[in-house]
Amino acid sequence: MKVNKKGALAISAFIAGGALVLSGCASGGGDNGDNGGDNEDTTPITVWVDIERKPALEPISEQFTEETGIEVKLVTKDFATVDQDFISQVPTGKGPDVIVSPHDKLGAYYAAGVVAPLELGDVADGFSESSLAAVTYDGKVYGVPYSVENVALVRNADLVSEPAETYDEVIANGTAAGTEYPFLVGLSPEQGDPYHLYPFQTSFGSQVFAQNADGSYDASQLVLGDEQGIAFADWLGTQGAAGTGVFNANIDGDKAREFFIAGQSPYYLTGPWNIPAIAEAGINYAIDPLPSAGGQEAKPFVGVNAFFLSSKSTNALAATNYIVNYLSTEEAQLSLFEVGGRPPALTAAYETAAADDPDVAAFGAIGQTGAPMPAIPEMGSVWSDWGNAELQIIKGEGGEPAEIWTVAAQNVQSSIDG
Amino acid sequence: MADVKTEASSASTPPKRRRGGQPEFGPKRPLTSGGILALVIKVVLLGIIDALAVFGLYVLVGKGDWVAAAVLVAVVALVNYIYLKPGVLPAKYLTPGLFFLAVFQVFVIFYTGYISFTNYGDAHNSTKEDAIAQIVRTSQERVPDSPSYAVEIYRQADQYGMLVAEPGGGTAFGTNEQPLEDATSAPDGWERLDLNQVLRFQDEVLALTVPVSDDINDGTLRTPDGSTAFVFTSTLEYDEAADTFTDTESGVVYSDDGEGNFRAEDGQTLTPGWRVVVGWENYAYAFTNDQIRDPLIRVTIWTFAFAFFSTLLCFALGLFLAIVFNHPTLRGKKIYRILVILPYAFPTYLTGLVWAGMLNQEFGFINEVLFGGANIPWLSDPWLARLSVLLVNMWLGYAYMFLVCTGALQSLPDDVIEAAKMDGAGAWRIFRSIKLPLLFVAVAPLLIATFAFNFNNFSVIFMLTGGNPRFPDTTMPIGATDIMITMVYKIAFGSGGGRDYGLASALSILIFIIVAIIAAVSFRSTKSLEDLH
Repeated sequence: MKVNKKGALAISAFIAGGALVLSGCASGGGDNGDNGGDNEDTTPITVWVDIERKPALEPISEQFTEETGIEVKLVTKDFATVDQDFISQVPTGKGPDVIVSPHDKLGAYYAAGVVAPLELGDVADGFSESSLAAVTYDGKVYGVPYSVENVALVRNADLVSEPAETYDEVIANGTAAGTEYPFLVGLSPEQGDPYHLYPFQTSFGSQVFAQNADGSYDASQLVLGDEQGIAFADWLGTQGAAGTGVFNANIDGDKAREFFIAGQSPYYLTGPWNIPAIAEAGINYAIDPLPSAGGQEAKPFVGVNAFFLSSKSTNALAATNYIVNYLSTEEAQLSLFEVGGRPPALTAAYETAAADDPDVAAFGAIGQTGAPMPAIPEMGSVWSDWGNAELQIIKGEGGEPAEIWTVAAQNVQSSIDG
Repeated sequence: MADVKTEASSASTPPKRRRGGQPEFGPKRPLTSGGILALVIKVVLLGIIDALAVFGLYVLVGKGDWVAAAVLVAVVALVNYIYLKPGVLPAKYLTPGLFFLAVFQVFVIFYTGYISFTNYGDAHNSTKEDAIAQIVRTSQERVPDSPSYAVEIYRQADQYGMLVAEPGGGTAFGTNEQPLEDATSAPDGWERLDLNQVLRFQDEVLALTVPVSDDINDGTLRTPDGSTAFVFTSTLEYDEAADTFTDTESGVVYSDDGEGNFRAEDGQTLTPGWRVVVGWENYAYAFTNDQIRDPLIRVTIWTFAFAFFSTLLCFALGLFLAIVFNHPTLRGKKIYRILVILPYAFPTYLTGLVWAGMLNQEFGFINEVLFGGANIPWLSDPWLARLSVLLVNMWLGYAYMFLVCTGALQSLPDDVIEAAKMDGAGAWRIFRSIKLPLLFVAVAPLLIATFAFNFNNFSVIFMLTGGNPRFPDTTMPIGATDIMITMVYKIAFGSGGGRDYGLASALSILIFIIVAIIAAVSFRSTKSLEDLH
């Protein structure tokens, strides 16, 4: 009796299992059969987007669905880790077709082989030069940019009424205003901040990597430690603790904003992300290009946000169509501008946005000629030594600025060489 | 065997049971241990497991993953055997636990071990097929300033072709095999694809490359969106037989270097690479790279020091406060205890940032208020930074030790302490000779666990100092307060070239081994404490 019961049990278990196999087979095999002309079985395009930008993409996606019959699935992702998820998930086939991402991740995407090149055709002409250069890697365009962001000099117009011509004038005005700090820029006391100091560096003609003719960066040519770089380092030494003390490594980003909002300085080098707080505090502010310290144009790093196509998209044609023909329109770029507040990358959209909003006009104008942040993976090796050298120079520790700078450049080179 | 035993035992006690196996006295017991309902539930659950397993098998076999399929069959067969066979009661209770142990511990360790022998990372992310497809894709280069052509896609049986509006005004037709030829419309028998069909056959449409002329070097027309085409030339040719890429301009040949890259003779590689097993390379890296080797020693020493002193300081402060607040005559104990536990309620990554601000050399609360505007470089001097990390970690961790010690103190037997008092022992003597040893029996395993936790206490280091200040003698971004786990993070994920899971896994396995050894040794030595009981 007992044995029979257990036997029955086992059999029923196997029947249950078997039934599922059958149903599994049935559902698995179902898609292959029909080859009809209806559009029922088109795969949707999956887009990874941050929560802020999602509402802006909704009307564009609906329009796309209406015109092509292809659904667009907007999936909200956490933007702190989206680049890493993208790189790990694309090879498994679980990644999206399209990702919204800052352009400086492009190098990593390229190295991992997870993005496909796009052919923008005539659409490319509509974009600002620096935004297009930002999404170009190794001579090929990989993304459709939609917004640019960069730092500029924010001035407290109640303290200093006119924009300055040179950096020395900035400091002179700042000192004359009688505030506690003549000039503010947020630096990290442990790591420095090469991003915010970059416009000073470019005003000496110094860059990190050499640029190719098309504006893309040549990873094989680190030019950080060249003559212009050393000139910048020497100058930086005169502004740090050993010199005028204008640059203070102990003033971090939060402190700098706090001091500026409290009216403790007429000048603040920062990006559009701090403007809402400044406006809210009732500061009568103006946005100027940063005047040159070294004689040449002070070009800040330009960060570009863009749409990229996955290299393993199963719906590449539709996704390409969506990115290139729908997200590059003035309408789309303006609706993205409305939620993000950053100047649009499409020149026509930028002009429309700038006409209404002087802040956008000011930041955008500076960004148009700025230096796109290098998207090459080698940038990862640069930040630490670079920031640390600036920090030492500003603090006046560790010897001659020129020497510190040269050693840092050598270190970067050897860590790139691995 | 089991059946024989039951028979024998029931035979030896005949009067207690009726023939049907029902006990004579007490509540009626059903036939099986759980009754018919339990049996049904068991069958259904097993059925679900088997069904899922069969489905999983179907997927795995479909993907050709034979190892995983075999493991699945073995595991499910074992589960069925255990639950269907009568009499293996312990196994029935142990199986779920063992299963989850296998999934969440053993598998993770073995998988990490496996990854540590590969070059898996951002630059070696996928399979060789994927890498080849991507290299082919990115080697397509649009001919500079080539115009864009409006195209229509046509199909005949399995053949695809495009009708192209040439910039000059004419139209031309071509297919994969047949270069563009002037034609006013597509040939007879070809059917024009509308947008839906283009999308349905998009793989074929994307693969459609129509030579512009008989000379392949003039390039091919390809359409990325089904409506516009551009002239492309390929800069790299893949030779399937030889498994090499050849640069069409320079003639450089890139061949598989066995390390997951196509490499030319001059060492140039093509992007991306793919995942291969590289053996001990990742382990060797930590010991052969001279930029890591020396800092690694200092980091290891500091890691031990950090873990040891963190545990010691937290315990000392926690115990002190526990004793103070445990005093019978103290008033307002509850309020004090709540205050003490407060730091425990904040997440480390948040407090790390807050403390970093408070320790700011010029504007921090500590220097400005507590030290009257002194300029103490708490976080930028190597030794002060180490001290700061320890103090902040003490602040974060003593509440836990306070809780543990309070509990342990309250469970100490009063009579022993009474007896000591009667013998004339002072408070210090009682504490040293009676309370502390008894306390250690309860707390020692927790101290070891705390040590192991602090050994890998990533967040406090990362959020407070980020491992800084930097070591001046290495190009790696390693600093004076880096412990091993933050160093691993920086080397494997932080520096150039993207994340390197292989290297990270190898270094984590090394840390795992160290922690395991420490734990094993410490637990063995704490056994001697238990002799006190």
